[in-house]
Amino acid sequence: MDIINLDALAIAESIREGEISAVDATTAFLERIREVEAIVNAYINVSYEEAARRAEMIDAMLAEGRDPGPLAGVPIAVKDLLSTRGFTTTCGSRMLENFVPVYDATVVGRVGEAGMVMLGKANMDEFAMGSSTETSYFGPTRNPWNPDTVPGGSSGGSAAAVSAGEAPWALGSDTGGSIRQPAAMCGIVGMKPTYGLVSRYGLVAFASSLDQVGPMARNVGDCAALLGVIAGHDPMDSTSIPAEKVDYQGRLDGEVRGLKVGVVKEISSRGIDEGVLERFRAAVSKLEGLGMEVGEISLPSFEYALSAYYVIAPAEASSNLARFDGVRYGFRASAEGEDIWEMYDRTRSIGFGSEVKRRIILGTYVLSAGYYDAYYGQARKVRTLIVKEFERAFRTYDVLVSPTTPSVAFRLGEKVDDPLTMYLSDMCTIPVNLAGIPAISLPCGLSEGMPVGFQLMGPALGEATVLNVAYALESELGFDQRPPIGRS
Amino acid sequence: MAISMEEVEHVAKLARLALSGEEKEAMRCQLSDVLEHAHRVSEVDTEGVLPTSHVVPLVNVFREDVVRPSITPFEATGNASWAEEGAFRVPRIL
Amino acid sequence: MEFETVIGLEIHVELSTDSKMFCSCSAGFGGEPNTKTCPVCLGHPGSLPVPNRRAVNDTILLALALNCDITGCSIFHRKNYFYPDMPKNFQISQYDIPISSGGTLEIDMGEYTRTVGITRVHLEEDTGKSVHVGESGRIHGAEYSLEDFNRAGIPLAEIVSEPDLRTPDEARKFMQLLHSTIRYLEISDCKMEEGSLRCDANISVAVDGSMGTKVEIKNMNSFRAMHRALTYEEQRQRRTIRDGGEVVQETRHWDDARGTTSPLRSKEEAFDYRYFPEPDLVPLEPDEAWVRELREGLPELPGDRVRRFVSEYGLSREIAETLTGERALADYFEDAAGKGQDPVAVAKWIAGDLGALLNDAAVTIQSCPVGTGGLSELVELIDGGVISGKMAKDVLKEAFETGNSPRLIVEEKGLTQIADESELDTLVDEVIEENPGAADDMRDGKEQALKFLMGQVMKKTRGKANPKAASDIIRKRLT
Ligand SMILES: [Mg+2]
Ligand SMILES: [Zn+2]
Repeated sequence: MDIINLDALAIAESIREGEISAVDATTAFLERIREVEAIVNAYINVSYEEAARRAEMIDAMLAEGRDPGPLAGVPIAVKDLLSTRGFTTTCGSRMLENFVPVYDATVVGRVGEAGMVMLGKANMDEFAMGSSTETSYFGPTRNPWNPDTVPGGSSGGSAAAVSAGEAPWALGSDTGGSIRQPAAMCGIVGMKPTYGLVSRYGLVAFASSLDQVGPMARNVGDCAALLGVIAGHDPMDSTSIPAEKVDYQGRLDGEVRGLKVGVVKEISSRGIDEGVLERFRAAVSKLEGLGMEVGEISLPSFEYALSAYYVIAPAEASSNLARFDGVRYGFRASAEGEDIWEMYDRTRSIGFGSEVKRRIILGTYVLSAGYYDAYYGQARKVRTLIVKEFERAFRTYDVLVSPTTPSVAFRLGEKVDDPLTMYLSDMCTIPVNLAGIPAISLPCGLSEGMPVGFQLMGPALGEATVLNVAYALESELGFDQRPPIGRS
Repeated sequence: MAISMEEVEHVAKLARLALSGEEKEAMRCQLSDVLEHAHRVSEVDTEGVLPTSHVVPLVNVFREDVVRPSITPFEATGNASWAEEGAFRVPRIL
Repeated sequence: MEFETVIGLEIHVELSTDSKMFCSCSAGFGGEPNTKTCPVCLGHPGSLPVPNRRAVNDTILLALALNCDITGCSIFHRKNYFYPDMPKNFQISQYDIPISSGGTLEIDMGEYTRTVGITRVHLEEDTGKSVHVGESGRIHGAEYSLEDFNRAGIPLAEIVSEPDLRTPDEARKFMQLLHSTIRYLEISDCKMEEGSLRCDANISVAVDGSMGTKVEIKNMNSFRAMHRALTYEEQRQRRTIRDGGEVVQETRHWDDARGTTSPLRSKEEAFDYRYFPEPDLVPLEPDEAWVRELREGLPELPGDRVRRFVSEYGLSREIAETLTGERALADYFEDAAGKGQDPVAVAKWIAGDLGALLNDAAVTIQSCPVGTGGLSELVELIDGGVISGKMAKDVLKEAFETGNSPRLIVEEKGLTQIADESELDTLVDEVIEENPGAADDMRDGKEQALKFLMGQVMKKTRGKANPKAASDIIRKRLT
């Protein structure tokens, strides 16, 4: 059986039915990893031994008739921003090169309880700061569609792993588009859930009011199933919503006739590449073909979303990253005779890469005396306007749509020294994080031979509808998501 | 929205980062660009608009006052580059 | 030049919750370094805070006791600065929307009272503890420091007073009243020596009504230290101004051994805390029912109790303050006084001899071997003339040591006073006969002679003579 080309739920079923063992599944993916990692570099650390051991344990449990969980034996890649007990968690940074957490993130615990096997920790932009996975201390990840291009970021390792067949699915995190943008660029499905739906406990914070963990998979069905595993209230996270568990995957029926779709003008025209727009418009007409009513809506504050984001996110990050000081864990630069202040300064200067330092400086600046009101205070008010505009739009529309990214994957090194241009690649995804609403990206075709992402946004806790529309569109589009990198 | 060298230095000190001269200059240029973009938030009319800190409609989230086991001393200091007698050792403060 | 000292206090109180403010580690004092820690209070990457309900509850209670308004919707902020005792290099605290504000605490200085404004009571987390290693054992000259985070994350209520205090005496009185108020609420043990009650002061000297420069004083680890530090600083600032110098705005460190303050210099950057709303926590909105329940459950607080003890029992203010310092002591007094004896006498014995016995034996009033019934009995024995005040001291001591009732002790030891007139007549006659000189002096109207003769009577009776009866007889004979 060609295990690495099976989707995650099919692997689960094969194991359940006894057609393959958990060890078979894990071994297949570990072999695939060995095969392509030299090119892709999707992982920072692969858990060869641990994964094999765990797969054996699951097989043993199955043999004894015990229940190892509903998704027993299905391998998964975990973004290296999620805390894994006893397994190195680097956040793509030299600062945490050798850091071994003492606890599991809640979502890591949940995928474990469901019986999944962690293959390793996926590469990412350092501390999730980037849109190309080029800022990783452990080298860039390459796009399986074209190794000269970036996979997007910051969850570029997770996206590339799923795309290249190095994992059937993955966990990513999304602060301004970090799941959806790489999903789009690698031709897979990725979802950022409603803020508060998935626990952030154990997700190393970038911008706490925007961060959210989410599923990345080869299709909408898998994406819905993985969301079902990780979603749900967590008493360890004060911002976790105490909502009922929803069977997202069970609710996928493709029944979307009569739903209203709003095309967001501000992020679906100006600044978007023609090739991307073409694929986007074609997908929109598919939605019409499915019996949905399509209209256009203007959300004027979106013009300022990127600006607000690049105040709020660095501000929170500057504070979140203050804890990396060489005292309790992580990298420490030490020299004879220096005092603690010199130790701090040098540790942080050597331990952090330039993008992280840039954002820390930016965030410190916008919070500092004299600038707070003009930047941070004002950005939070703009955020309110964006929240309100979304609320208004969802009174008329069931879902809103836009391209996920303004362009397809760009070339490695192309934007790395031009932060502002790099930041612009998140223009379509950022408003969603500011409003805390759910959004999914699914592939809607190719432009210049590279995947194009289609973004669907819904109201808070509207995941089921968003997923169902994505599911209907997916079967209509029939996108073949296999990249050329050696996958048959 | 150009940011001055002195401002970069001041902020770097607050953030406890020692930047080389080259780094500082690069940072100054790039940040000026980003800040110019960021400053666009000031163009928005926000008269009477309340700032958003939290998008979740939750209040009064508490845990009960119950003690649970702490981690072991080995776990507490296991990741530290310099621990001594169960404590974290740091260079002199003054 | 007319000087006026202006003092404001900032007090931190560790709440005695079982667990910490934002995690489930024990909030107990001490322990081996870092044995009461977890990913949250060590600031491990990815960990998140969840507030302790009781800490919020107790802070509201304290705020109500200080007559503050409870804020309908308050939020936590992050206070950002680097320091090795801070696990996250920011402290979760409150800033412009604290849980309460606008309270008062009235202090009675005897000749006058002063109503001190309470700017705010808010909630925050404590830092860890640094042990400085080096010859001095202090931060100055230390080779390195060791960080212990057992204390990090213990809930702290911060009380900020308005600059309404005018003398070190007032500041001390304020702290004493605040201390007993918090103890009444049973929300903290308030041990300055263990650091569960800490106080910083801002002090300035206004000259001819124009405001002076504020100096912050730290490291005052007892009421006495605070009083000395403020007195020293008041004098230092006055002297500086008188000598034509200028007071510098700075933080100064009180050195209790030397009895001086000195500037606390630090290499840290000029403070810019970059406060911003803590995104990991949601707002606090204590509903009215919660606040009402707490308000209604407030005990009678020491300030009110002093006033009532003065008016209801006729006690002096000083003795009322002593008795109300601890809630249990005041309860003990009220219970004893309720048994029918003179409350003033009861109060005097509790505040005086009993207090000293408790103090010497380091026993709390709750486990005092002399019950309120026994104490009342003692006063009754004195009042009825059965024993003298002097004998009563020994009886109380014995009762304290053995737990026996004063009446039983008096009976068993035959300590009853000699008040019988015929017996005393004989005794006085003997004394006059044995001391003719003194008797003559007494006849000449020299009052000192009475004292001498009384002493002789007491000597003969081993102190058992009723002093009033004996001196009456001597007077009758010799005048
Ligand atoms: Mg404070
Ligand atoms: Zn803890």
